[in-house]
Amino acid sequence: MRKETGLFVLLVVVCAMTAIKSHNFLSIENLINESRLIGMFGIFSIGLGMVIITGGIDLSVGSMFALLGVVLTMLLNPADKTWPWPFAMMNGRFWPWPVAVMVTLGLGSFLGTFHGFLITRVKLQPFIVTLCGLLFYRGMARYIASDDAKGFEDAKGFEALKEFTKGNLFGVPMPFVMLVVLTIVMWVVLHRSVYGRHLFAVGRNEEAARYSGINTKRIVASTYILSGFLAAISGILFAFDTNSVAPSMTGNFYELYGIAAAVLGGCSLRGGEGSILGIILGTILLQVLQNLVNLLGIPSSLNFAVMGAVILSGVLADQLITNRGRTVRPKTGG
Amino acid sequence: MNPLVDVRGAVKRYPGVTALGGVSVQIHRGEVIALIGENGAGKSTLMKILGGLIRPNDGEILIDGQLTQIDSVAKATGLGIALIHQELNILDNLDVAGNIFLGREPSRFGMIDRVKMRIEASALLKQLGLPISVDISLDKLSLAQKQMVEIAKALSQRARVLIMDEPTSSLTLTETEQLLKIVRDLRASGVGIVYISHRLGEVKDIADRVVALRDGKNAGELSKDEITHDNMVRLMVGRDLDRVGATSASAGGENRLIVRDLKTSRYPGRSVSFEVKAGEILCLAGLVGAGRSEVVQALFGTDGNLGGEITLDGVPVPSGNPQGAIAAGLCLVPEDRRNVGLITEWSVKTNLTLPGLQRYARAGLIDGKSESAVAAHESQSLGVRTPSIESKVADLSGGNQQKVVVGKWMLQNPKVLILDEPTRGVDVGAKAEIYELMRKLTASGVAILIVSSDMEEVLGVGDRVAVMHEGSITGILDRTECSEETIMRLAVGKGQES
Repeated sequence: MRKETGLFVLLVVVCAMTAIKSHNFLSIENLINESRLIGMFGIFSIGLGMVIITGGIDLSVGSMFALLGVVLTMLLNPADKTWPWPFAMMNGRFWPWPVAVMVTLGLGSFLGTFHGFLITRVKLQPFIVTLCGLLFYRGMARYIASDDAKGFEDAKGFEALKEFTKGNLFGVPMPFVMLVVLTIVMWVVLHRSVYGRHLFAVGRNEEAARYSGINTKRIVASTYILSGFLAAISGILFAFDTNSVAPSMTGNFYELYGIAAAVLGGCSLRGGEGSILGIILGTILLQVLQNLVNLLGIPSSLNFAVMGAVILSGVLADQLITNRGRTVRPKTGG
Repeated sequence: MNPLVDVRGAVKRYPGVTALGGVSVQIHRGEVIALIGENGAGKSTLMKILGGLIRPNDGEILIDGQLTQIDSVAKATGLGIALIHQELNILDNLDVAGNIFLGREPSRFGMIDRVKMRIEASALLKQLGLPISVDISLDKLSLAQKQMVEIAKALSQRARVLIMDEPTSSLTLTETEQLLKIVRDLRASGVGIVYISHRLGEVKDIADRVVALRDGKNAGELSKDEITHDNMVRLMVGRDLDRVGATSASAGGENRLIVRDLKTSRYPGRSVSFEVKAGEILCLAGLVGAGRSEVVQALFGTDGNLGGEITLDGVPVPSGNPQGAIAAGLCLVPEDRRNVGLITEWSVKTNLTLPGLQRYARAGLIDGKSESAVAAHESQSLGVRTPSIESKVADLSGGNQQKVVVGKWMLQNPKVLILDEPTRGVDVGAKAEIYELMRKLTASGVAILIVSSDMEEVLGVGDRVAVMHEGSITGILDRTECSEETIMRLAVGKGQES
C-alpha cells in the first residue's frame, strides 16, 4: 500500500498547488470535465495494467481507438457506396446501435485474442506483436475512412447511445461512473480472486507458475483479450466525446498514457507487481497534470514535457525511498 | 611465515540477524581448508566479506600480516582473492576466452586483442588439463566445464586464495574427481584454497584442515587426521545424527506408476520403461546428462513426451501439461527450486497454496482465513524454520525452501511424488528431515521417484535403484544388489545386459 500512499500524497500536492494558482480548477464545470476524461482514460489503463502485471505490454490500444472509432461511425451512419468492403454492402442503410456496439466490442476483444494467440502460441514478443498492431490498425483506420474524419452528425437512430455516453448519473459523468464500477470489480478480481493471484504468479515467475500447474498461456492471453475489450469500451466513449473520429489523430499516444499510469501506480514493467488503486491514481495524476498545463497558462507545447518531468521525478523519488528503506538482505550460509 | 589471509573476529550484523558473531580463520599457502556448516551457519557471509562483496561490522582482516580493508570486489581481486560462486557468474553467449577475460579484455587501440586473449586463455586451459577449445560458446559446455572456466578465470587474475562455494553440487562423480585433481594441483603450486561443501566424502578426500561454523561462530577445527564423517557432523550440528538410512517399511505394494516406452526430447531414439510401487522409493541414478531429468520432466508434462504410455493406478496420465499430471495425482519437486520450484519473492504461505488455490476459494474468490490456516498448519508440520508464514521464501535457507516445495505438493495429496535432486545444496539436518518426510509419505502409500546424483543418498534412500546411461535404463537393482560399484558400472554403460 506504501507506493499508493506516496502517489496519493503527490496527487494531493499537485491538486492543491493547481487549486491555489487557478480558481477554475475546483469549479464544478472543470471537475465534471476532468472526471469524464479520467473515466475514459482509466478504463483502458486498467486493461493495460493487467497486461503489464503479467510482464507483457500492449502498444496497440491508441490505434485501436482510431480503428474501432471509424468502424463504429461507419456502422451507425447510413452506408455509402464508395466505402470499402464490407461497409459498402449496407448501401444506404445503417445498423441498429446495440449491434454496432456489440460488433465494436467484439472486434476489440478479437484483436486482443489475436495478440494473445501470437504471444502465447507463436511465442512472439509482446512488444513486437502490439507494435505491429499499433502500425497496422492506424493504417487500416485511415484506409477504411479514406483518411477523412468521420462524425456522428445528429445521431439519427442512435440517440439513446449518444445520450448514455454523454449523460450522467446524479451529475457524475457516465464514463466516470463506469470506471468506478469497473475499478471495484477489477479490484476484487485482481486482489481477491484465484485468477488475480495467478496473474501475479505468472508475472513474477512464469516458469514457477507453470510448474505449479497454472495454465500460464491462458492467463497471459486473457489479459490481452481484456485489454482489447476495455480499449473498445474506451474507444466508443472517446468517439462520442469528440463527436467525430479523425483516423490519423484519434488516440495518438494514448497507449503511452495507459502505460505511464500503470507504471506511476506501481506496476513493474518486469511484471508481477501492481495494483488497481495505483493504476487509477496514476491515471488521475496524468489528467490533472494535463489540466494544470491548460489552467496555469503554460504553453500547451510543453504538455508532454511537464508530464515526462513529473513521471520521472515520481519514479525517481520512489526509487530513492525504496533504496533507502531496504538494507542488504542477509543471505547466510551455503 | 604470516598466513595468506588471517580473519580475526569478523562480525556481520543485518537488521534483526547476526550472520557472523566473531569468526576467525586463517588461510595458509598451499593448504586446502574445508569450511563446513549447516545452511545459515555463516559460511557464505564470511566468503562474501573476503571477496569484497560486503563489509564486516567488526573484526580485522590481515593479508600477509598487513591489516587490510577489503572494500570492493576489485580490491579483493587485486589482493589475489578469487571467489567462485555457488551460482556461476558466466555469460552463456560468450566464448571461453571471452569469459575468462571478461572485463579485462586485452586491447589494442580500443579493439579487443583476440589473438593475445586466445593464446593466454588456451595456456590456462592447458594448465588445468581441460581439453576444450577457447572459441567454444559457454552454452555448449557442461556444468563441470563451466566451473573449470571459472577457475581458469580466477587463475588469470593471479589468484593466491581461491574460495570455492559448493563447487561440486552439480557435478557428476567423474567430473568431481577431475575438479579435485585440479584443486590438488593448485595446492601444490602454493595457492590457498577454501573449499565449502556439504559433501563430506569429498571434504575427507581433499581437506588438510576443516573449519566448522555453527550459528555464525567458530564451532571447532579438525586437523588432517581427525577428519572423519562423524566428527564433521558432530561439529556442524552440535549433536550426533543418524546417518542416512532406513528404507520404507511398507515397500512393495501394487504398481502405482507404470511407464512404458517413454521417449524424451534429449534421446529421441531411446526409451525407458519402469514402474513404481505404492509405498516405495525408486531412485533414478546415473551421471548428469544421462537423461534422468528429462524423464521426470516428461512424466510431469513440462518436457516433450515423444511417445510412450504413462499410467497411474491404471489410468493414463495426460501428457504435455503439468495441469493434467497434477490432476492425475503426479507432482514434481523440480531440480531448480529457486527458479521453477518456488516464486522466491513470495511468502511461504502463497507458495504453499499456489497449486491448490482453488480449494481455498469460493466462487473464484480466495478465502484468506482458510488459506492462512492451511498454510500455517502445513508449515508447522513440515518444520519449516521461518519467522512467519508471511516471510519471503528467498530469506529461508536452502533446506527450508525445499521443505516448502515439498509442502506445496503434500497439500495436493499426491499419489506419486517425483523429487529431482531433492537435497542438493541442503544441509545435513534439513536433509534428514526431508528423508523423514519422504518416509512418512511412503508409509501412507504414496509412490516416490527420486533423481539423485548423491551416491550416499541413492544407497541410503532407494528401495530400488534404476540406473540410466545415455537415455536408457541399464539396470534396475534391488536394495540388496546395490553397491557403489554396481551402480557406477551401470551408470557408465558397462553393465551386463539384463
